[in-house]
Amino acid sequence: MIEVKNISKSYKKTSALQNISLEVQESELFGLIGPDGAGKTTLMRILMTLLLPDSGDATINGLNVVTDFKKIRHIVGYMPGRFSLYQDLSVEENLSFFATVFGTTVEENYDLIRDIYYQIEPFKKRRAGKLSGGMKQKLALSCALIHSPKILVLDEPTTGVDAVSRKEFWEMLKKLQQKGITIFVSTPYMDEAILCDQVALIQNGKILDVDSPKRITEKFQRKIIRMRSDEMFRLINDLRKFKKAESVFAFGQYVHFTGINDDVEESELDLYLEKLNHKNVLVEEIPPEIEDVFMNLMKQ
Amino acid sequence: MTLSSPDEYQKNTIMNEQIITVQNLVKKFGSFTANDNLTFDVYRGEIFGFLGANGAGKTTALRILCGLSAPTSGEVKVAGFDIYRETEKIKKNIGYMSQKFSLYEDLTIAENIQLYAGIYGISSKKRKAKMAELLKNLELESAKNKLIAGLPLGWKQKLAFSVAIFHEPKIVFLDEPTGGVDPITRRRFWDLIYEAASNGITVFVTTHYMDEAEYCDRVSIMDAGKIEALDTPAKLKEKYNAKNMDEVFIQIAR
Repeated sequence: MIEVKNISKSYKKTSALQNISLEVQESELFGLIGPDGAGKTTLMRILMTLLLPDSGDATINGLNVVTDFKKIRHIVGYMPGRFSLYQDLSVEENLSFFATVFGTTVEENYDLIRDIYYQIEPFKKRRAGKLSGGMKQKLALSCALIHSPKILVLDEPTTGVDAVSRKEFWEMLKKLQQKGITIFVSTPYMDEAILCDQVALIQNGKILDVDSPKRITEKFQRKIIRMRSDEMFRLINDLRKFKKAESVFAFGQYVHFTGINDDVEESELDLYLEKLNHKNVLVEEIPPEIEDVFMNLMKQ
Repeated sequence: MTLSSPDEYQKNTIMNEQIITVQNLVKKFGSFTANDNLTFDVYRGEIFGFLGANGAGKTTALRILCGLSAPTSGEVKVAGFDIYRETEKIKKNIGYMSQKFSLYEDLTIAENIQLYAGIYGISSKKRKAKMAELLKNLELESAKNKLIAGLPLGWKQKLAFSVAIFHEPKIVFLDEPTGGVDPITRRRFWDLIYEAASNGITVFVTTHYMDEAEYCDRVSIMDAGKIEALDTPAKLKEKYNAKNMDEVFIQIAR
């Protein structure tokens, strides 16, 4: 559905994208995962025909993003990071504006947005500028869907959104996917990767890996040991002083450890921490998480 | 949490000293109650996580604690000063850093530090020594004459935090300090937070990353203007029978 081949883009001396290639299949939920400044927005803007690549090719549903830009705009729904809502129009005016621009009506495609729009319908007379962040997000999503696009492209829809609203937003995306819409979504939150069918990990304009989240963690060959003790900050510092330590990072209530090689045994670490008087110590090998893989790929 | 080790004991004795006290804080905007009778204390040297859904009233409370907005009613003391009458003294004793990093993009690293040092009235002798130390710690000595605008996000973030605590405040308020940064930079930033706390600076932090809630000494969770839970992450997980703080948060805020 989306094909990106060797796309590069620079802004003056800054290289934003370097030779990016990826494919998104029809009806897939595809995640572009990476921190601020990785190039996520640049790639999305190129796909949305709003920016020209310096080199490389990209097609959407077989249409070229440079030569067929008008046709592409009819089949995509795009929700940019800063929602493109008209602040001084009301909720319902925004929606009917977007419908009209695409030559359709709110009624014609209401089924598609019903689950999302009904939550803000009580406020339909309110100006978009006066809505809360969560409500703006729902309105922006409704506006991006009102012309029944084949592909929905969302640029960091969950950034700065609380954990509950993030969960609800992903549930909405899953429902849209079930209706056959292909979804291409970017996020800086690594924990959202597992909610996607396929992900591209992106950092400094380069793709670190593209695969299913399951495959990405399965391919990762390093041994990860997680640990816990009553004093977490001291635990981190002590582990960093351990002579066979390569990386030591906090992961929520645990510390994730990789050794200089994978021969470092749990028993060695146990003994080391016991000597340093750590209490209630837990040391166990675990399968890697996406974030472990991302951090490791970043360093290479 | 047991008080088995010496470190833990020491930390808990420091934590007997209240640095923020909030009693029955109410803030209304017209008929809307943004903060509905909040009561809590924060202790010296503590990392205090201030969580809540969007629109729960966190920012309103944060602005009050920073002396930027007066409560409708209630008693609030920050660093020993009254929130109604001594806001200027409060501002001298706190540091603040938001996600938007309040650094001047068209000034260099060194100029930004000098500017903040000047605003807080730090003598030039002390400023020079502290600035040298800061640049060394952040490994930014060779970059000190670079403009902020061209710096990587991770550098800006570390620098914004260092500038916020340059005047050695009693408390530093961090409003979503780690949004959007890469996973390694995010963790390095927490190293700085831990270090500041171990030097006795109280850290009051908001975040949407639930793994970061685990790093706090205590966490409060707001919903619809009220504090619905306040305890150590371990006790909250026990109480809500949850595997992690994400599950605790979702039970409370959903």
